[in-house]
Amino acid sequence: MKIYLRRQLNLLEFTLSSLLRRKGKNLALLVVFSAIVFMLASALLYSHALRREAAILLKDAPELVIQKMVGGRHDLLPQANLAKLAEVRGITQIHGRLWGYLFDPIAAANYTVMVPQTNPPEPGFAIIGEGISGARGAEPGDQLSFKSHDGGLLTFRVAQVIAYESALATSDLFLVNEDDYRRLYGIAPGLFTDAVAKVRNPREVGKAAEKIAELLPDSRIVLRDEILRTYESVFDWREGLLLVLLTGAVLAFAIFAWEKASGLSAEERREIGILKAVGWETGDILLMKMWEGGVMSLSAFLIGYLLAYLHVFYLGAPLFEPVLKGWATMYPAFRPTPFIDGFQVATLLILTVLPYLAATVVPIWRAAIIDPDQVMR
Amino acid sequence: MLFHPSIIALLLASALSSLALVGSALFAVTLLRHWNLSSGSERQIVLEQRTYLVTTVLKLALIFEAGSLLLFVFNADKMAKLFVGAMCAVGTLNVNPYGFPALILKIAVFFLSAAWLMLHHIDSQGYDYPLIRVKYAALLFLAPVALVSAFVQLTYFLDLKADVLTSCCSTLFGGSTVVTTNNMGFAPEAWSLGGLALVLAATGLVGLWHLKRGRGGLAYALLSLSVLVVALIAIVSAISVYVYEQPHHHCPFCMLKQEYGYVGYALYLPLFLGTATGIGAGLASFAGRWPSLSLASPALSKRFAYVSLLSFLVFAGAAVGLIMKSHLILFEGFA
Amino acid sequence: MIELSEVRKAYNQGKPNEFWALRGIDLRLSLKAVTVFMGPSGSGKTTLLTMIGGLARPTSGRVRLMERDISSLPEKFLTDIRRRTFGFVFQSFNLLKGMTALENVMIPAYPLGLPHEALRKRALEMLDLLGMAAKAESKAEWLSGGEAQRVAIARALINDPDVIIADEPTANLDGQLAEQFLEIMAELKARGKTLLMTSHDPRIRKAAVVDGIVWMQDGQIASSD
Repeated sequence: MKIYLRRQLNLLEFTLSSLLRRKGKNLALLVVFSAIVFMLASALLYSHALRREAAILLKDAPELVIQKMVGGRHDLLPQANLAKLAEVRGITQIHGRLWGYLFDPIAAANYTVMVPQTNPPEPGFAIIGEGISGARGAEPGDQLSFKSHDGGLLTFRVAQVIAYESALATSDLFLVNEDDYRRLYGIAPGLFTDAVAKVRNPREVGKAAEKIAELLPDSRIVLRDEILRTYESVFDWREGLLLVLLTGAVLAFAIFAWEKASGLSAEERREIGILKAVGWETGDILLMKMWEGGVMSLSAFLIGYLLAYLHVFYLGAPLFEPVLKGWATMYPAFRPTPFIDGFQVATLLILTVLPYLAATVVPIWRAAIIDPDQVMR
Repeated sequence: MLFHPSIIALLLASALSSLALVGSALFAVTLLRHWNLSSGSERQIVLEQRTYLVTTVLKLALIFEAGSLLLFVFNADKMAKLFVGAMCAVGTLNVNPYGFPALILKIAVFFLSAAWLMLHHIDSQGYDYPLIRVKYAALLFLAPVALVSAFVQLTYFLDLKADVLTSCCSTLFGGSTVVTTNNMGFAPEAWSLGGLALVLAATGLVGLWHLKRGRGGLAYALLSLSVLVVALIAIVSAISVYVYEQPHHHCPFCMLKQEYGYVGYALYLPLFLGTATGIGAGLASFAGRWPSLSLASPALSKRFAYVSLLSFLVFAGAAVGLIMKSHLILFEGFA
Repeated sequence: MIELSEVRKAYNQGKPNEFWALRGIDLRLSLKAVTVFMGPSGSGKTTLLTMIGGLARPTSGRVRLMERDISSLPEKFLTDIRRRTFGFVFQSFNLLKGMTALENVMIPAYPLGLPHEALRKRALEMLDLLGMAAKAESKAEWLSGGEAQRVAIARALINDPDVIIADEPTANLDGQLAEQFLEIMAELKARGKTLLMTSHDPRIRKAAVVDGIVWMQDGQIASSD
């Protein structure tokens, strides 16, 4: 066992010194390999961060959202329905929500207008997300005017800009008072966009939803878990799509690695011949080459992963943002919380190192079976 | 089909290792027909050179099979969010009928390729490679199993469809929350723990006898396999309950997670290592009948048995430790 | 005792350019002696040395080394015997460029699994034996022809082999260096080593240290004395 380990150490030492002797060639491979790891790792880290953020966001969301349906389309929910819902057993809290979208021609972007449940702004004031603040150059105290439903002009004074800590969903948020909201959209008192309900026991969510469906057959009930699931799979899908796009890059890399490994120079072939002639066996050469591959992959993996980590968590992933985040024109300044996930690292290892090994194993073997007597011919 | 990075990674790994095994099996046919060590012909020399490629590729394949076994379980756990009623990996694996067969086949492929590599290691101690035909004939058996495993895994993933909100039709989409993990505890706790203790004790005795006398290697290998089976049953039906401290939580996978301090590794790693090397001990003692291995193989067999015994000891220690530490008491006077 | 019986070797077997380098060699070589293989280019003397030294397997026939048949061993075991029994000195020395003399000497011992320090010490001893200790840290490409050959000899000796095989050892050396080489050979013979070499060089044929000469022609032994 001792001999076995020392033999490995000796071969590793030889490998390192011969890697250093051929810096130029190996450096090119290292750069390309690191770049591949970097791209894949950035994509995975970033989409994973988005998913985490969404999950955090939804953690405190109500378990149920109830919408009224008319003609298969989402309609306003009357106050009377809220009263009925409050009677359903298991539901602890229920309230109507007021929200909508507002297109701002100046910023050419959609805002999400909402009436907050707690601490709404004073009439005539608005609390805005930092995306809006950036797009309109609006600071607290500035005024913003919008066309209301009947064409009249409605002016809001900015009371506050929400900082980015509150993450993804707040960037395009436009919080107003209930009266201002109704005036903006012309929605009569007693009507709500939809309703949200909290359920005491998480196991009873399904039951409560069933009862609501019985009570108000014309409603659509959305479970928080369903939203989570949908987010989850939408992000998965995007991530997968990006990976498939990157497959081309991985394939190109594999071909590059294969070429590097099989295009042995006459000098290298001579060296392997010498090693075999002076007493190395095919297995020893293979082992040395495997160590070489191992050292290369590990270095490239660490370099690429580290760069991706910096790219995603400190620079906000400028390369992938548009693809992964979606359709909104107003991107939030998104600074995800750094993390390292073992599962993801394992996935990444398989996706990058495996193609490399698969591409190089046959060329390595071909090099290792060079006849030892060729140096005498 | 779900477009998940880990699924892509798993499919890539299984596609490449299937490719490697099919290639190796084709080579095995040639080797079985033409291998003749006493010949110095070019064909023989080329055959010998190819064996280096095959074993290198198979070593890599084993490493990635082992890695993908873990990844498969983790992936199942992560995907639980996507399916209504799936709380953890068990639920995800039950989403369609291919989940558990895929897992079992992956485990089988892992042990078969480990056994093959140990056989190769034993064989390469003999100056005339006495087992080379046995080895390559075995490859003809291993390759189809690996192919079936890859195929079942592919079917499993292709058949997965997330329960996703579709805004057109969902009046009530995910209404009924079914807990799928409850039907896992199929053996009574006392029986399974008692059985495990019994099998472990028998294995320990036979193992010690084998170390001392050099006999009973095959019996030890069979006992190692039975330890695996009995231990897995015990983990599901009893040990898991102690780990989670909930009488109805039987999941064999959750204990691999951070929430439970990764204790699952302390059970599964030694268990798998012990079984694999136990099989190796049997193979090595079986190989002793060839003259060129008559010296090397008893020593190897003992070394495998030694590692195996130590592993089972660690496993037993971990299991007892978890039961003792648990706040849950199932039987009076047991904990 | 090294014994060859009916040894034949073909290159490119079964192809149009098939070529039989050895056509049936029967030979017994005694140990602790210096034997030189002579003959025109292409007579098969180098191929014969590769067969004896286990660098390649004969296409047919047997090579026996101390009563052990090495011609049907798999590469793994053949290499193991080879690296413990034979040391090789090549015509063009074949040192690895970019590595120091010391590192070059250490190469054959890497796969044996010696501790690194012991290995280094042994390599230094070998260099010292050949008067090359001062050049231990010189890169191989900076060495002169004579120095390179000494390093190559040191490398051949590192695993303490019984048999040294040298292929045209004096072909790249001038008169004085050839003399020095013969001195080293005499020293090694005195230490109980067996020496086998191929040569065209009349200086070697006439050297006192040589015990026997085998003449080769067309892959066969023409005469031996």
